[in-house]
Amino acid sequence: MQNSIDLRKKRRWGETLIQASLFIAGAFSILTTVGIVYELGKEAMNFFAQVSLWEYFTGADWNPQIDQFGIWALLNATLMTTFIAMLVALPIGLSISLYLSEYASHRARRTLKPILEVLAGIPTVVYGYFALTFMTPLLRGIFGRDVVDIYNTASAGIVIGILIIPMVSSMSEDALSAVPRALRAAAYGLGATKLETAVKVVLPAAISGIMAAFIVAISRAIGETMIVAVAAGAGSNFTFNPFEAAETMTGHIVRISGGDLSYDSIDYNSIFAIGLTLFFMTLSLNVISQRIVRKYREVYE
Amino acid sequence: MTENKITYAIEAADLNLYYGETLAVRDIDMQIEKQKITAMIGPSGCGKSTVLRAFNRMNDLIPSAHATGSVLYHGKDIYDEDVDPVEVRRRIGMVFQKPNPFPKSIFDNVAWGAQINGYQGNMDELVEESLRDAALWDEVKDKLDKSGLSLSGGQQQRLCIARTIAVKPDIILMDEPASALDPIATLKIEDLMHELAKEFTIIVVTHNMQQAARVSDFTAFFNLGEDHAGVLEEYDVTSNIFTNPKKKTTEDYITGRFG
Repeated sequence: MQNSIDLRKKRRWGETLIQASLFIAGAFSILTTVGIVYELGKEAMNFFAQVSLWEYFTGADWNPQIDQFGIWALLNATLMTTFIAMLVALPIGLSISLYLSEYASHRARRTLKPILEVLAGIPTVVYGYFALTFMTPLLRGIFGRDVVDIYNTASAGIVIGILIIPMVSSMSEDALSAVPRALRAAAYGLGATKLETAVKVVLPAAISGIMAAFIVAISRAIGETMIVAVAAGAGSNFTFNPFEAAETMTGHIVRISGGDLSYDSIDYNSIFAIGLTLFFMTLSLNVISQRIVRKYREVYE
Repeated sequence: MTENKITYAIEAADLNLYYGETLAVRDIDMQIEKQKITAMIGPSGCGKSTVLRAFNRMNDLIPSAHATGSVLYHGKDIYDEDVDPVEVRRRIGMVFQKPNPFPKSIFDNVAWGAQINGYQGNMDELVEESLRDAALWDEVKDKLDKSGLSLSGGQQQRLCIARTIAVKPDIILMDEPASALDPIATLKIEDLMHELAKEFTIIVVTHNMQQAARVSDFTAFFNLGEDHAGVLEEYDVTSNIFTNPKKKTTEDYITGRFG
């Protein structure tokens, strides 16, 4: 036959190569995570061989010098800074996102978004000194010098809040913008005002994405290190007073690993136990946020 | 039309509608009769939806859109400076082309509009009455707490009609309300329009000429003018438009020669 057609399989080496390298890139991130968990777990095991899980998870005092390893002293400080941060970031971030998606003109959006991105790009150590040299004096000016310590969780928490505002606002804005225009039109068609439309129709419709944004922001606040290391204080302190110095989990890891530590001491092992705890906290928050997004997105579409 | 003083439901006078610099619709003079169904037909892009949306200032939501001329409602030009479009839309409701229920329960879908408009009466009664009027009650009475999005397309559209009439408007604007529905759901919507016309004034945009002939009392035929702006070509009692059109273009369009 003259014009026979060749339908046999051909080897496409270029495709195979690219597919393989993409797979390696994907596998790389998984392997890294596995490696981190393995290393954290190994050292943490050494720690828990000497300190019982019970003591670790119920104690409220963390004084390695006298063999007290109660995580709550550090965990409490972490929760305090995180809580304060969310108190700042949620309302402001959500307001910004509502403004950007429902109210802002094209021009306002074009100016505001890059500014927010700049805010997200500032190194966190700069934020740390911003907390220490601006926010703390401000708080001391307002509440009095004897009320507010030089190092305190309030100042660190507020500045962490500022740090994560761009994250909350941009993720929430994505969620709000994804709400179909038809829903807004429906609300306006019923005689709703702009505010009623934004708050009672668009916001509830975007709630899954907004919740996810909040949870991701919480896990970012929990993991934030430089700000608390600089501004929240050194030395564990179980307190609910936001104006007292207290050391967070991340802050403690930084301080301990920065000093002289012999490799097999219980101090050294303890920071891996803390690290593992942090890892599971943020991991479970991320899992929850993905669940929320998946669950509510089905309903909404 | 007669010497008797007829007050219309709504009236467009010298209405020009623009998108940016582009004139979309030119010189519309049109009187809509109360408690009748007025159909707006015409080829795609001739501006009939734009005119419809001008009747309750929905075009305001498009930043570049603006209007000149006037739309008189109860003797007041709704494009006057001191008119609040929110008040206008509360009295002149709208049903859209694609069913767009809120991602809320069936009950809340109907109750929401009334609620934001400060309805003080018994909400259960209002919801039931509105759903009955929208011929949907029997199908949903056992699942009022289910999401409005769980209904079929035709049911969703009737839910949208229910929520519109729950606000008790004067006029209901319908923008191709059945174009996304199957023939049976379409017939239900058409039956419903006949029922609703006893109480409300209805203006409906449709691409479907048979539909216009079936449901409407009056028909307005829109066409593209030479300058590509939409114009109101002919406006008359529906039977006249379909059996005895005055203009050649109208006849060509309804006999399917273009459009």
